[in-house]
Amino acid sequence: MTTQLADQSNYAQAEINLQLDAEEKIKLMRDMIRIRRFEEVSLKYYNADKMGGFLHLYIGQESIAVGTISLCGENDHIITAYRDHGHALAVGMGMNECMAELFGKATGCSKGKGGSMHFFAPDKNYWGGHGIVAGQTPLGIGLAYGIKYKGLTGSSLCFLGDGAVNQGAFHESLNLAELWDLPVIYIIENNGYSMGTSQKRSSAFKGSLAQRGEAYGIAWESAKGHDIYEVRAKTKAALDRAHQENRPTILELATYRYQGHSVADANAKKYRTPEEIVHHKENFDPLNVWKNQLMQEGVLSEESYRQIDSEAKSEARQAAEFAEQSPYPEIGEITDDVYFEVDKDTEAGNQGRHFFHD
Amino acid sequence: MTLYRHALNRALDEELANDDNVVIIGEEVAEYDGAYKVTEGLWKKWGDKRVVDAPISEAGFIGMGIGASMLGVRPVMELMFFSFAYVAFDQMINNAACVRYMSGGLINCPIVVRGPANGGTNVGATHSHTPENLFANMPGLKVVVPSTARDAYGLMKSAIRDNDPVYFMENTLLYGDPAAASELPEEEFTLPIGSAEVKRSGTDVSLIAHGRSVLVALEAAKQLKEEKGVDAEVVDLRSIRPLDEETILNSVVKTNRAVLVDENKPFCGVSAQIAATIQQEAFDDLDAPVLRVTSIDAPAIYSPPLEKEQIPNVGRVVEKVMQLG
Ligand SMILES: Cc1ncc(C[n+]2csc(CCOP(=O)(O)OP(=O)(O)O)c2C)c(N)n1
Ligand SMILES: [Mg+2]
Repeated sequence: MTTQLADQSNYAQAEINLQLDAEEKIKLMRDMIRIRRFEEVSLKYYNADKMGGFLHLYIGQESIAVGTISLCGENDHIITAYRDHGHALAVGMGMNECMAELFGKATGCSKGKGGSMHFFAPDKNYWGGHGIVAGQTPLGIGLAYGIKYKGLTGSSLCFLGDGAVNQGAFHESLNLAELWDLPVIYIIENNGYSMGTSQKRSSAFKGSLAQRGEAYGIAWESAKGHDIYEVRAKTKAALDRAHQENRPTILELATYRYQGHSVADANAKKYRTPEEIVHHKENFDPLNVWKNQLMQEGVLSEESYRQIDSEAKSEARQAAEFAEQSPYPEIGEITDDVYFEVDKDTEAGNQGRHFFHD
Repeated sequence: MTLYRHALNRALDEELANDDNVVIIGEEVAEYDGAYKVTEGLWKKWGDKRVVDAPISEAGFIGMGIGASMLGVRPVMELMFFSFAYVAFDQMINNAACVRYMSGGLINCPIVVRGPANGGTNVGATHSHTPENLFANMPGLKVVVPSTARDAYGLMKSAIRDNDPVYFMENTLLYGDPAAASELPEEEFTLPIGSAEVKRSGTDVSLIAHGRSVLVALEAAKQLKEEKGVDAEVVDLRSIRPLDEETILNSVVKTNRAVLVDENKPFCGVSAQIAATIQQEAFDDLDAPVLRVTSIDAPAIYSPPLEKEQIPNVGRVVEKVMQLG
């Protein structure tokens, strides 16, 4: 069962990976560990009723956000769905602002207005965090359009799930992406399920979901998502296509979520077998795979791993303390951030009535 | 006592039995038993043909249901959240609401689209819409918003038997709420769509509400009686369109005061229509302006304690009634 772990990555020799120095490799390790520990702590506080709504955990999928985003430069932008904590931390958002958002506090990244599904950091090229399945995909090509329109060399990394590929908005966006040569990279994080529905029960497809791109003439690839080297190698090709040719790519990465669809998923262990979950944890856990890889390369020791891990744990615990101690927004702030013109008290914002409750 | 969710389940089960044309379609309605367990057990009992899991393609499968209804199938479509109707808006308005009219009455759409439409569960702006006013704005559509298990049961059965599109808006907070549970008789019954009900009679002020706001109004009425000596009547609209204006006006004529409790946003919310009706039809009976308690006018905030304040709550209703003087 552990042969997978023992194998060296086939993609260690990819040029983009040969360029990594030891420090950068350890940063990838740290980034993944931080996401996992952040989410474990958030789960604890969710279960203690410190948060409301949904909590969709990314645990098991960390290599995808960390691997892809590690290649992003100044003009590469990121957008995803509601399972958005991993991407948020990977782009460099702080644990404090993210945890405080989960707690609904004024110090949260969205001032407590968006919650778990709606993290944003435009200053880090991170455009959310979107609750409507596939609703982010037209926005994703919009970012690509903006980049191209402004004459920049960049791309839009538009993440979506295996269930989101069945929305009309996604298909319309595919046509536009190819028709108008937009530098977008759709990254389908295929964890096998949309809520309790397996890929087979929800999608008509030939070989893979990414292959649907063929109908539009879009370059596509299906690959494994648990090995960061592989994720980076595949992403690099797509980025080159975006940067050099302004052309879209669909990249489908196989992955697995360990937890339920959300913490409220009452059937999390019914639509899949416990053996299936264990199988993924034991053989394809992105943290273990990377840890093993780095230990074999002699870049990481058990001791340094533990050090990174304990730092991540205490960072997450401190973030929870920060969140607990932060204030909630004031009631009067409910109607802030609705209109730019009103917030900024401009002439337009003072013309006519904008709000109607009394 | 039967919970709101179980009352709906019973209505669906009975209508599946009563009419072979009834089919339930939606995301996770079959094998998963429904995201909110409204369809629990139905797939096991009725099988793949009658209870169908749909992929995440609301425009596609809701539109498909509308098309099938034109041919006499009676689809009961679940939206996991009524907020996802916005993905299927074109189908639900341009097709379901207009095809009868545009065909000069040749085609009708006996479809039910149902699902929870409410705030108060901290799921953020995209998942907390209350679109009853939007859909009721469109002639051709019927909109039903029950507040109790009994109403949900009786109205769901009528909705399924109705030959026009009925958009049936439930509430995730009511599904398991004992305050919304009802005693249901053994034998089947239906309730007519378009009849309001006085849920509590009183003499001093009419609280007019629909959906979960009815429970808020009832709680407020209790508090008003106990703490302020104000005897409030509570009118439950139950159906937004058709609207039972008679019951509304009878109440206002009796109490001479009205406070409308409405989880909609205020602008063109359901209560705006009610207020227009009252001032037009009962102007001489009013001792005070018609006041409203609506959601605070912004997209739904996530922050749990703030969202409690954003949607109508007992404190805000009591305060508004006391403002009447
Ligand atoms: C338009 C819309 N329909 C349904 C939902 C409810 N919902 C949220 S996530 C989800 C499953 C999505 O699965 P997938 O795209 O595979 O992403 P994953 O959750 O696996 O990351 C569903 C049905 C939604 N949020 N938006
Ligand atoms: Mg999935």
